[in-house]
Amino acid sequence: MSGTLLLPPLLTGAQVTVELTLTSTVLGAMLAFSAGMARGAGPWPLRLFAATYIEIFRGTSLLVQLFWLYYALPLIGPRIDPFVTGIIALSLNIGAYGAEVVRGALLAVPRAQHEAAVALNFTARQTLWRIILPQALPEMMPPLGNLAVQNLKDTSLVSMITIADLTFRAQTLRNLTLNSIPVYSLTLLLYFAMALVLMAGMRGLERWVRIKGQGDMARA
Amino acid sequence: MTDTPIIRFQNVSKRYGDLTVLDHFDFEVMSGEKVTLIGPSGSGKSTVLRILMTLEPVQEGVVELDGLSYRQPGRHGPFHASARHLHQIRSRVGMVFQNFNLFPHMSVLRNITEAPVAVLGLSKADARARAHELLEMVGLADKAQAFPAQLSGGQKQRVAIARALAMRPRVLLFDEPTSALDPELVGEVQEVIRRLAHEHDLTMLLVTHEMRFAREISDRVCFFDQGRIVEQGPPGEIMINPAQPRTRAFLGAYLPETSTG
Amino acid sequence: MMYGFHWDLSSPLAFAWSILPIILIGLTVTLEATALGFAFSLIIGLGLALLRRARARWIAWPTALVIEFIRDTPLLVQLFFLYYVLPQYGVLLPAFLTGALALGVQYSAYMSEVYRAGLDAVPRGQIEAAAALNLSRARAYRSIIIPQAIPRIIPAMGNYLVSMIKDTPILSIVTVMEMLGLARIIGDRTFRYLIPLTLVGALFLILSMSAAAAVRRLERALPKTGIPLR
Repeated sequence: MSGTLLLPPLLTGAQVTVELTLTSTVLGAMLAFSAGMARGAGPWPLRLFAATYIEIFRGTSLLVQLFWLYYALPLIGPRIDPFVTGIIALSLNIGAYGAEVVRGALLAVPRAQHEAAVALNFTARQTLWRIILPQALPEMMPPLGNLAVQNLKDTSLVSMITIADLTFRAQTLRNLTLNSIPVYSLTLLLYFAMALVLMAGMRGLERWVRIKGQGDMARA
Repeated sequence: MTDTPIIRFQNVSKRYGDLTVLDHFDFEVMSGEKVTLIGPSGSGKSTVLRILMTLEPVQEGVVELDGLSYRQPGRHGPFHASARHLHQIRSRVGMVFQNFNLFPHMSVLRNITEAPVAVLGLSKADARARAHELLEMVGLADKAQAFPAQLSGGQKQRVAIARALAMRPRVLLFDEPTSALDPELVGEVQEVIRRLAHEHDLTMLLVTHEMRFAREISDRVCFFDQGRIVEQGPPGEIMINPAQPRTRAFLGAYLPETSTG
Repeated sequence: MMYGFHWDLSSPLAFAWSILPIILIGLTVTLEATALGFAFSLIIGLGLALLRRARARWIAWPTALVIEFIRDTPLLVQLFFLYYVLPQYGVLLPAFLTGALALGVQYSAYMSEVYRAGLDAVPRGQIEAAAALNLSRARAYRSIIIPQAIPRIIPAMGNYLVSMIKDTPILSIVTVMEMLGLARIIGDRTFRYLIPLTLVGALFLILSMSAAAAVRRLERALPKTGIPLR
């Protein structure tokens, strides 16, 4: 069977993979900032809550989390659409890893910057938003970019809960054609291409963050 | 200078674990007075400034600034005062750090205008006008759009002084403001501080190892050793004719001419 | 019911207690797969790192591409590739070996980077000092460069070991009966997924947290100045 016949179904799956990746990366980034800032600079109850979330989702495996949400949660709670389940699991997982990146970058801003902010009588909130976060943001962009690629790769696991993503389509095609080499080679290449595009996008975002920072400064 | 103390330390003790930095320490500064703290490193002089800036809590004793106590009765936590109360204290004090501590992500102008706009509620236009005046005063009118990384150490410290002054403090603390500078850049920063000392009624506390400079600008010099003031008085007395042997030994190391003169 | 095992459905706690021995058998498989996968990744990673450092550009450049390709594509698809394609070439491996090999391949891309970063972090002055003492290239690596690279390399490898533990459940997809695989079978038979899956989650949490703590202790224990080889 030639590649031209395999490609259309794989591309349909790739489209689902792109949707999953984009949605869960954006949601994960929001979670990462909330949890990372809560753990790094929040009041203690929030800090404890964020730490618990981060440790649980970094400490257990994504596939376990995915199966737990898919098989176990409906037994005690609501039954959710598999696609939504997949997005929730991916976002919560990548958000926990991202939170540690955010927290690390916040803590890496030197103590002297906090002291200068105290000397100028900024409140704790002003210090975080005006002094610390703008300095931490460019530092966290490269590791967050790596996490986005990690998230793209992780989306392949949702094929296990019946979501028809690229990996799911590959499995179906193989079972149909028994033609493993072309099916999986094409699949790997498609993932690689998506990763390259994603990395270029994240590098663009990183540059934008730096330039945006400079723009703010120039407008003084 | 007036006769009312603006700063008062009474029986203050400050410890880090087993190390006692201030030991039943008493100290007063009059409004408008220019006081220099000298002494060997680790003698507690920088700690006095850091306590006044609310960067360090004290374990015992009374600290007051402009009648505001650093402890509120019934308050716990390291500072024994509410965030609001500390905010009031800080509105009267400014600090110039040894390592400048400029904000690297902001232009020089933004470094100076950020706090007046965000904290004092000044309009951007007013804050900028004031920043330009201050930059003029420290001789950096042309550097408003530059970023800290583009400046020399001496220029950074002059920006830091302008930034502190923009908040209109009543007390300005200088923590070894020239120690991190290359020798050839010390003069330009000292010149700015000297003009401030001579032309303003600002209360100034300076920690320095530059004895000649201390002598020029201070009304009073305090010699610190092991968490106490061993000897204090007008710079002429302390530096030319110290009474205490420890002061003499310390000054001998810094000012060879005092031992002979 | 599974061969030789009985589960007690009378209460959630009794159920958990009765399936614990089964899950613990899965734990040993998880640990074995991790150990073997880690060994594969160290060896393949070293090979990739050396080829990447080759002077000949026609070797170094394609190696860089291969590393990037492995790193940017999903472990699961790589696993399927090995699982279905190897037999076509007459390589019939048990699922467990194929799984460990897939783990090793995926992580070899990370490991090659760990080796590279570790060697690059040794200051240039050290290499120059070795040259000034007229040490041979092999000798310089053995007694100067590698000993100083070790304290940087070991903790990074440890961190990847911890994340490999968390990737082993993927092997259950190709029938390797590690913890998650067994928990799903129990779930399928009893229609009770909550307890087995929660139990597996808790065991993973304990496992990865203690492994991470061990890596941190190891990191602290390593002398920052380096470890002389014999």
